[in-house]
Amino acid sequence: MLRTQRKVADVTPATMKKSKEETKKQSQFREVMKRLMQNKLAVLGMVIIIVYVLVAIFAPYIIKYDIAELNLGEKNQPPSKEHWCGTDDFGRDIFSRLLYGTRYSLGLGLGAVALGLLVGIILGCLAGFFGGWVEEIIMRFCDLMQAIPGTLLAIVISMVLGSGFVNTIIALGIGRIPMNSRLIRAQFLNQRQLEYVEAARATNCPKTKLMFVHILPNTISPLIVLSTMGVGGTIMMAAGLSFINLGVQPPLPEWGAMITAARQYIRYYPYQLLFPGLFMGILVLALNLFGDGLRDAMDPKLKD
Amino acid sequence: MSALLETKGIKKYFSTPKGMLHAVDDVSMTFERGTTVGVVGESGCGKSTLGRTIIHLLESTAGQIIFEGKDVTHPTGKELFKLRQDMQIIFQDPYSSLNPRFTVEETLKEVLLRSKRATRKTVDKEIERLMDMVGLARRWRMAYPHEMDGGRRQRVCIGRTLAMNPKFIVCDEPVSALDVSIQAQVLNLLEDLQKEHDLTYMFVTHDLSVVRHISDNISVMYLGQVMETCPCEELFERPLHPYTQALLSAIPSTDIHKKKERMLIKGELTSPIEPEPGCRFAKRCPYVCDECDKPQQLKEVIDGHFVLCHKADKFVSC
Repeated sequence: MLRTQRKVADVTPATMKKSKEETKKQSQFREVMKRLMQNKLAVLGMVIIIVYVLVAIFAPYIIKYDIAELNLGEKNQPPSKEHWCGTDDFGRDIFSRLLYGTRYSLGLGLGAVALGLLVGIILGCLAGFFGGWVEEIIMRFCDLMQAIPGTLLAIVISMVLGSGFVNTIIALGIGRIPMNSRLIRAQFLNQRQLEYVEAARATNCPKTKLMFVHILPNTISPLIVLSTMGVGGTIMMAAGLSFINLGVQPPLPEWGAMITAARQYIRYYPYQLLFPGLFMGILVLALNLFGDGLRDAMDPKLKD
Repeated sequence: MSALLETKGIKKYFSTPKGMLHAVDDVSMTFERGTTVGVVGESGCGKSTLGRTIIHLLESTAGQIIFEGKDVTHPTGKELFKLRQDMQIIFQDPYSSLNPRFTVEETLKEVLLRSKRATRKTVDKEIERLMDMVGLARRWRMAYPHEMDGGRRQRVCIGRTLAMNPKFIVCDEPVSALDVSIQAQVLNLLEDLQKEHDLTYMFVTHDLSVVRHISDNISVMYLGQVMETCPCEELFERPLHPYTQALLSAIPSTDIHKKKERMLIKGELTSPIEPEPGCRFAKRCPYVCDECDKPQQLKEVIDGHFVLCHKADKFVSC
């Protein structure tokens, strides 16, 4: 009798296991998403970001005009039915160039943030986990970098490396490293003294696994928020670099570079500056709204 | 029968800006196989540090640790790996001692696979067996720690400990963070597991009723030193060290007709940083005399009853 009962008890969880595993496994992610969806501004931000990403991916198929072909007969035209945002001083359709430029601007922002994250996390993990002289070296290195104003650092690095898409990513990404590794280190110091870390050590957990599998996931959420907001700032900075003829160079339709090119005509054809600025402003705004919402959604104290 | 584990004059000092902090000072203990040694003392007396030092979460400053007849004071990497299979710890706070991002299954699976107690094929069965063993219903298998109450979390912690199949477990106040009703459940679980697997416990606590219930032997610690060691009932019937006497007189009595004389100790814990050589309890002891300024020796006053006090003989007679 007892035996059969056992068996019944065995079967039920086994059959339920699969579906339960999937639902439970995502519970934390889902909870964050649920709270994010309640925030209307964050959802708006997210929608705008998705649109931009889609535009960046499918830009070559959307645009009507070639982005590089000169058409001097139609130069400096105001916005019209054919050219929604007008044309620039070489007669190129500004709207097409803007759409195509999404690739560069978004790519720069995401690339630089990703670089900063990758290196920052590794350095922060090492510093926070090992302490001692490892921490000392890494943190003093961060101090050194943070002593230089961010823009200046980016300018110097991109001058040394030269202009170009990848070089600009590096120039902007390096500036983000110290901030990220500081944050991760602080989180590590917090987590390191919790007993689950000691328990993992007592059960022979190898150091790399302890660092990256146990502790890191518990430290990462503030960094996600910081980086989401950071994408916007980085895009602005990239535009700034282009504006002073560093970073991505014309004729590539990067927004900052487009603004630079149009600068001399600001009195006569202000729309040539207006639209790139508007495109960039909306994206940065969306990123900030989304980042704000993400921060609120991930903050466990706001849990209802 | 030889002891499973022995410590000889073990010391753990921490360097602080003010000087050396003597967290554990010259502690010798013997753990017989299958028994429980209770370690009691007030907060900050070094009882948790002692436990962590014995299982090598902290490196001892001096002294010897002998496990199954082998000196394991300074193990090499491989030895340490093996040693940790045999010596485990259950922590006080079941909230912070579980990784909040690991489900019960993941927590147990990780340890089982690493200790090679199960292969990928058998791990499912092993997890179920462990959960049954610690009395955790199987529906909790996919639960995260924050979805469970303290008692269940502590059961997971015990399960994780047992996944290593240890011989010796340091229980670092395993029930003090739990409700009284759940305390009893967890204590009973620990006792059952001890009988079943012939486990040896070092039971660290400040709760005298708990320690009386579970211990075979008790050591009373004060400022990093063992003040008194004896079999459990002996301690409660005939406490010989003044500190133990004061400690026991603080237990509330349920008999209102029996007037109990409370022995109050004055003052506060003296600093464990660079302590003076004499008796560490001297500053608060009601029986203090000049003799107390000299270094004290732990001596066997009655059979199996060790006391760190030169006046202990006199307390026996009275």
